[in-house]
Amino acid sequence: MPLVEIREVNKSFQRGSEKIEVFTGLTLDVDEGSFTALMGPSGSGKSTLLNLVAGLDRPTQGTVRVAGAEVSSMTPGQLAPWRARHIGFVFQQLNLLPVLTAYQNVELPLLLTRLSRKERDERIRIALALVGLEDRMLHYPRQLSGGQEQRVSIARAVVADPTLVLLDEPTGQLDARSSEDVLQLLRRLNEEFKKTIIIVTHDVHAAESARTVLHLDKGRLIERQGAAV
Amino acid sequence: MKIPLIYNARSVLQRPVSTALTALGIGLVVAVFIGMLALANGFRAALRRTGSDQNALVLRRGADSELSSGIDRATASILAASPHVATGPDGRPMVSPEVYVLIPLSRRGADTTSVANVVVRGIGEAAWKVRSNLQIVAGAPPKSGRAEVCVGTKMALRFPGTDVGQMLRFGGRDWTVVCQFTAGGSAFESEIWGENEQFMPVFRGEVFQSVSFRLRDPAAFEEAKRALESDQRLTVDVHRESQFYAEQSQVLGRILEILAFLITSIMAVVAVFGAVNTMYAAVAARGPEIAVLLTLGFHPRSVLLSFLIESALIALVGGVIGILLALPINGIVTSTTNWASFSEIAFSFRVTPGLLMAGLAFAAVMGTLGGFFPAWRAARMPVVQALR
Amino acid sequence: MKFLHLVLANLGRHKRRTFLTTASVALALFLFASLRTVVTTLAATAQFGSARRLVSDNATGIVFPLPLSYANKLRAVPGVQAVSWANWFGGRYGDNKRFFAQFAVDPESYLEMYPEISVPEDQKQAFFREKSSALIGRRLVDVFGWHLGQDVTIQGTIFPGDWTFTVRGIYTPTDASINDDMLLFRHDYFEERLGRPGVAGWYVVRIDNPEHAAGIAKTIDDQFRNSSAATKTGTEQAFNASFATMWGNVSLLMGTIGFAVVFAILLVTANAMMMSARERTREVAILKTIGFTDRTLFGMVMLEAAGIALTGAAIGLGGAKLLYQATNFNAAGFLPGFDVTAETLVLGAAIALLLMLASGLVPAVRAARLPVVQALRRVE
Repeated sequence: MPLVEIREVNKSFQRGSEKIEVFTGLTLDVDEGSFTALMGPSGSGKSTLLNLVAGLDRPTQGTVRVAGAEVSSMTPGQLAPWRARHIGFVFQQLNLLPVLTAYQNVELPLLLTRLSRKERDERIRIALALVGLEDRMLHYPRQLSGGQEQRVSIARAVVADPTLVLLDEPTGQLDARSSEDVLQLLRRLNEEFKKTIIIVTHDVHAAESARTVLHLDKGRLIERQGAAV
Repeated sequence: MKIPLIYNARSVLQRPVSTALTALGIGLVVAVFIGMLALANGFRAALRRTGSDQNALVLRRGADSELSSGIDRATASILAASPHVATGPDGRPMVSPEVYVLIPLSRRGADTTSVANVVVRGIGEAAWKVRSNLQIVAGAPPKSGRAEVCVGTKMALRFPGTDVGQMLRFGGRDWTVVCQFTAGGSAFESEIWGENEQFMPVFRGEVFQSVSFRLRDPAAFEEAKRALESDQRLTVDVHRESQFYAEQSQVLGRILEILAFLITSIMAVVAVFGAVNTMYAAVAARGPEIAVLLTLGFHPRSVLLSFLIESALIALVGGVIGILLALPINGIVTSTTNWASFSEIAFSFRVTPGLLMAGLAFAAVMGTLGGFFPAWRAARMPVVQALR
Repeated sequence: MKFLHLVLANLGRHKRRTFLTTASVALALFLFASLRTVVTTLAATAQFGSARRLVSDNATGIVFPLPLSYANKLRAVPGVQAVSWANWFGGRYGDNKRFFAQFAVDPESYLEMYPEISVPEDQKQAFFREKSSALIGRRLVDVFGWHLGQDVTIQGTIFPGDWTFTVRGIYTPTDASINDDMLLFRHDYFEERLGRPGVAGWYVVRIDNPEHAAGIAKTIDDQFRNSSAATKTGTEQAFNASFATMWGNVSLLMGTIGFAVVFAILLVTANAMMMSARERTREVAILKTIGFTDRTLFGMVMLEAAGIALTGAAIGLGGAKLLYQATNFNAAGFLPGFDVTAETLVLGAAIALLLMLASGLVPAVRAARLPVVQALRRVE
């Protein structure tokens, strides 16, 4: 059973007086434990697809099922706790709340659980250690480099042990060295910890870390590479 | 509260100038609110203290103030003999018939057109015991048969010639000031007191304006009232002293309060608009942060609450500023004419803890109102849009 | 100004903020104008009074009466053309929620003394003819719905009992100094009801020449100095002025609040302007890159501030002026002639200008001085 099922999805939105069709009849699956990269030129709808999977956006038509739940028909009120439990999301930038320390940022998803302070503390430390930034726990985002910020964002994305980790252009703003650190981390999350990961990227090198690559162009799936394991 | 308060607190500190301006605006409204109500409060309190629950005040039937009343000696005697009147330790009835007139006096330092109508009250010995909260703080009570007067301390502050030993001129005569008295901050402190028999020939002849007495049984006031008002020999209205004076403060007190509410309401709208602006700007600037919170799975309700609380927090800071601005006003003495009695009354601004609490609550309401629509917008922001 | 459309576009970009800020300025200036008008109205009432009328009341105090026999003696004083008198009645009507003055007057001499009390001739004659008749001010018709021929019952407080009068005339004041909500009834009716010889509350005399006022006043007071009731005579203006001071230090109170109000809007407007400025850095940079001069940008920001301040002022000040005129507001009789003066409007406009400078100056200077390169590099 695939973890993510996208069926006959249409998505369009209004820009002024124009109606822009992003997808028409898009159908694809993502398997559990996979590491998938979504690639394509700008305007191809890859970020939109990620948002649909996370329940941040809703298709004009069609269904999106994630971990058995029909995300496309849930209300915002239902989606919030669902997302807290199942999704870890990393944006391209501005992931962290500037007024909170790295520790406090990573803590945020755990505040939505019933864990005690001690239990939360344990998990935060583990997550930060995983991304190699335990010693920067008390630093504010402005005191971290771009790469470090992204790694803290990843720590936050995995701290509550979500079903799915989604990243939108995670290395877009980073230099080669920091990008490599991030990608290495993601590989480890997938291989060692069996996390299902979907990243959106236009960077071919980043896509090489993934095991499945989906190419989108003008809202259509045009190619699929790699084994579906 | 799911979203940590520390997020709000620190975010507020990130925009210090904006926050300060908004808080200050709210603070000003709270200060004016407290100040004006303290004025009304002080006025009402001064009058309330004038009367006691234990006393009854008798005026001629239909008179609405001591000024317009007239009670002759015969009536006064009948009242003194009533079984409803308490007896003092000296065995005499605790009853005080009094003359009440108004005289024009020029205030200290002002030009002669600035006249105030000051109460001149004729008293007997019993007045010092029957009327409430009285204490002579300088000099000695007027001696019988002499043209001597006693002045209330608030009156002494505001009018020249009122120190012990000085002379006041009114009613075509000179009067020596022989003492000053306090009365617990009540209206009596704005009055000039002297012997009934000295005032009668000068002013209105052999007639009192009021008779005040201590009730033998304060709980049986209604009975006393009925008995005296239905007595065929008398044509009087009997009031409970405390209630009578409280009613004398109604008109002006109400006017001051209405003015307070009107003025602060308009000011509050201005302050709320300021808060709305600030919060909208905050929400707009923090779009990406809101996106993160919503994406993480915080319920839109939590986001709404978070911004509402932030707004209320800023407002509460403003409330505290307002309180600090208004506190020094407490105790300042001012005066006006109580139109109900046409007489000048001096009183102090009175800030109570209740008023301060009301001020804070007012601030919180302003903050919540101001923050509502921006917070609503924050909560309903589609994540996709928030990221832009 | 050919860049006006850019300024307007900026204001229009954040319609809500512009609206809220302008509304704040309008409200605050409305309040300012209202508060100041209380002070100016009271000051104006202190100026009320004809220069040719003197008022004599009892030197002991206004609450003490004067004998009616003084009337003839007053007429005999050189320089006195006419004499009349009035008595304060001080009754209550209905639930007493709306206070209005009632006076017992000598009908013919009082109306002759006060031509400003304008009554249609037939109504005047009815008042002269009928003993229990009364004249009412035009405003009482609006307030209580009274009409000609109506019986009105007042509860006496100083003079106990129920007093019923028939409305035979409605007067219109031709001068702001006369209240439009008085009830005047006849002195002979008053005496008859009381059953004892009448008295006068105070006398009003008309003199031949305003310049003789001080001299005539002194003559009158000297005449009665050693009588049963000594008098204190002064111009009608002085008499009215003393009532205005009874409120106490109103101007201080209103002034303090007014200051707080003005300060509060200053904060709100400055805040709004600053927020706009911060968001506009990038745009300012682009305009400069295109070639707009520093001075032009300075002017544009100031114009934006001016737009808000002056629009708000027009609405707030103009609104106050119109509102009080249209509703004929007089604070239930306590503030007759309540009207926003030109001076108040000018002062309000000056505050608006000050507002414009204070809130616009800093952002304007910043915009003018902004180094282009730095602005373009900022991640907004």
